Amino acid sequence: MSAVKEPLFHVVKRDNSSFLRGMLVRLAAIVLGLIVCAVIIVLLTGMNPLNVYAALWDGAVGTSRRMWITLRDSAILLCIGFAVMPAFRMRFWNTGAEGQVLVGSLATAAVMIYGVNLPPWLLYTLCPLAGIAAGILWGIVPAFFKAHWNTNETLFTLMLNYIATQLVAYCIIFWEKPKGSNSVGLINMKGKIGWLPKVWNNDYILPIIIVVVMAVVLFIYMRYTKQGYEVSVVGESENTAHYAGINVRKVIIRTMAICGGIAGVAGYLLTAGVGHTISTGLAGGRGFTAIVVAWLGKLNPFAMMLVAFFLVFMQKGSIEIASQFNLNENASEILTGVLLFFILGCEFFINYRLEFRKAEKEEAIKA
Amino acid sequence: MKKFASLLLALCMLLSVFTVASADGVAADQIKIGMICIGDENEGYTANHINGLRQACAALGINEATQVIYKYNIPETEAAYEAAIDLAEQGCNIIFANSFGHESYVMLAASEYPEIEFCHATGTQAKDAGLENFHNYFTAIYEARYVSGVVAGLKLNQMIADGQITAEQAKMGYVGAFPFEEVKSGYTAFYLGARSVCPSVTMEVKFTNSWGDMALEKEAAEALIANNCVLISQHADTTGAPTACEAAGVPCVGYNISMIPAAPTTALVSSAANWGAYCTYAVKNVLEGTSFAPDWCYGYVDGAVYLTELNEAVVAPGTAEKVAEVEAALKNGTLHVFDTATFTVNGETVTSWNTCYGLDGIEMISDGYFHESEVRSAPYFGIDIDGISMVE
Repeated sequence: MSAVKEPLFHVVKRDNSSFLRGMLVRLAAIVLGLIVCAVIIVLLTGMNPLNVYAALWDGAVGTSRRMWITLRDSAILLCIGFAVMPAFRMRFWNTGAEGQVLVGSLATAAVMIYGVNLPPWLLYTLCPLAGIAAGILWGIVPAFFKAHWNTNETLFTLMLNYIATQLVAYCIIFWEKPKGSNSVGLINMKGKIGWLPKVWNNDYILPIIIVVVMAVVLFIYMRYTKQGYEVSVVGESENTAHYAGINVRKVIIRTMAICGGIAGVAGYLLTAGVGHTISTGLAGGRGFTAIVVAWLGKLNPFAMMLVAFFLVFMQKGSIEIASQFNLNENASEILTGVLLFFILGCEFFINYRLEFRKAEKEEAIKA
Repeated sequence: MKKFASLLLALCMLLSVFTVASADGVAADQIKIGMICIGDENEGYTANHINGLRQACAALGINEATQVIYKYNIPETEAAYEAAIDLAEQGCNIIFANSFGHESYVMLAASEYPEIEFCHATGTQAKDAGLENFHNYFTAIYEARYVSGVVAGLKLNQMIADGQITAEQAKMGYVGAFPFEEVKSGYTAFYLGARSVCPSVTMEVKFTNSWGDMALEKEAAEALIANNCVLISQHADTTGAPTACEAAGVPCVGYNISMIPAAPTTALVSSAANWGAYCTYAVKNVLEGTSFAPDWCYGYVDGAVYLTELNEAVVAPGTAEKVAEVEAALKNGTLHVFDTATFTVNGETVTSWNTCYGLDGIEMISDGYFHESEVRSAPYFGIDIDGISMVE
């Protein structure tokens, strides 16, 4: 019996975690998560979990239209994820994507409403430009304050969300039909003026293409350009950045302009390509879900794609399990939560391993 | 012989007409019905719609379990359009949508699926949309609200007689969703009902800017109670207000469903729509392959609106008799809810009104009353009358 009792187990960092091994652990985590979900389904509802899973699948990708909608909504969520990712690389806690998206939508809607008689080429140029400009404005204001007076960007960007919501609520007063109903309805329904056009006779593919191109550009920008490198350095240590002669203020403002601009694109896509309307709920919390997407995807644009798809898949599937089994959206949130718990939890086992107390092992062997 | 031939010819024509009609229709065991709901069965407004469709299924021999597809918790966004086309692709012959903000989205879907009938509750655009397969429907719920107001007024009279409040303190509170005609028409009708029996009553209205938000509705009711309102009613979809009333011991009048389970010692009664009347009408037309009204509104006479059971433990004595009397008067047309002799604006009687939303230039006041829901099913009474005030 030694004087100092050894703990039951140690956590030891793995030195060499291979890619294949990591993927296997993740797969195992998903399978385990699905089993736990199945148990929960059986215990709570007495239903066959396989049927519930089949309905989830069916609801999200069961028909080609459902699949396109799921892909398009994943693309939108991913786009908003891109609007927070560069800032997070810089350790700038942008919690304002919701507001940045909303003002982007608002500016787009305003151009669509007041510019209905403009020549199409002008309208189709102005709409995205207005959305992006509004997003940039909403992004650089907190960045400017952070860069010059070191204000708290988490609170600042969060507060700007409320201002954006109120701004939208205010503008709706001029556009709602009828007065007081809070409902703008479809903008330019006749003639679909300003609406994102079909490509290859497909309503859904254009936003997807835009976001995929954005992913590639962003990946290259962050990894292979000087500016992308500067973002990483500022994120690692502002002092190091100063010593290296990087203009930290400039990097902060420039990066947040990019973030805001991307959010503005998402806002444009939401109004011109998806909802064709403006309302305070248009972003629908996606500005916050995007934070989950960014971190779960480890700020990697391609990993973020998978996360965004998973979250939208579960959300779309939930509509179908509600239809078929009367399980409301809370049920699918439980399932999403359990699966996320396992997916997040397994990262621990990819990076660390547990070493159990030796003595116990020996005793166990003796016994 | 000639007579026989012509008779045969007539019969043939009749038969051919009949077969053409039935070719356009659908068999009751083949029809598929979709319903897009803003909430689910846990929310009174939607629960009431689902009940309506259930009634239609029972009446027409349709198996609800296999032939009806519900889409629950569909917000007033593009999700409504996606739900509509998804139902269309699943082979629905008729699709209902139950929330005001679903309208443009459902209309868009209707323009893309001309062979499917789309019916939207509470909307305003079908009359002028030029789409044969897009319909609006609503009930004359203001009539039921008026009667529920009578119940409230009698309760106030009882409170005044018992010395709980003075006649001047008879102030009601109303939790409204959005400040537009559908809600205005409803609370004005409720108020006029109350004032028809309790002349000194006034009312404060507070909006939640949401159709269904339990917490907001509860807060709004609490704020109104704190503001000395002695009776609460609502045009919002949850049991938030009755819950607040039960806690504060303040009588309340509900909407959509009986609030007695939520507020056993304070709920008086609820006004409710019987959507079954419309659902049966619309589905029957689809079965028979006949075209039907772009805009539908019925009230007490057709059993499309009603009051839920009176909470005998709470209502004033004699309420049931008075309710029967008022209902009979509404049915036989001797009583009009918006009788211009019963309300004033800035102290003056209103004799003319022609600026209703979407109905500009149409005179709504004639024969001494405002003709609500006669030109269009969605309510358009938007006059701010004396005795009702808004609170922030």
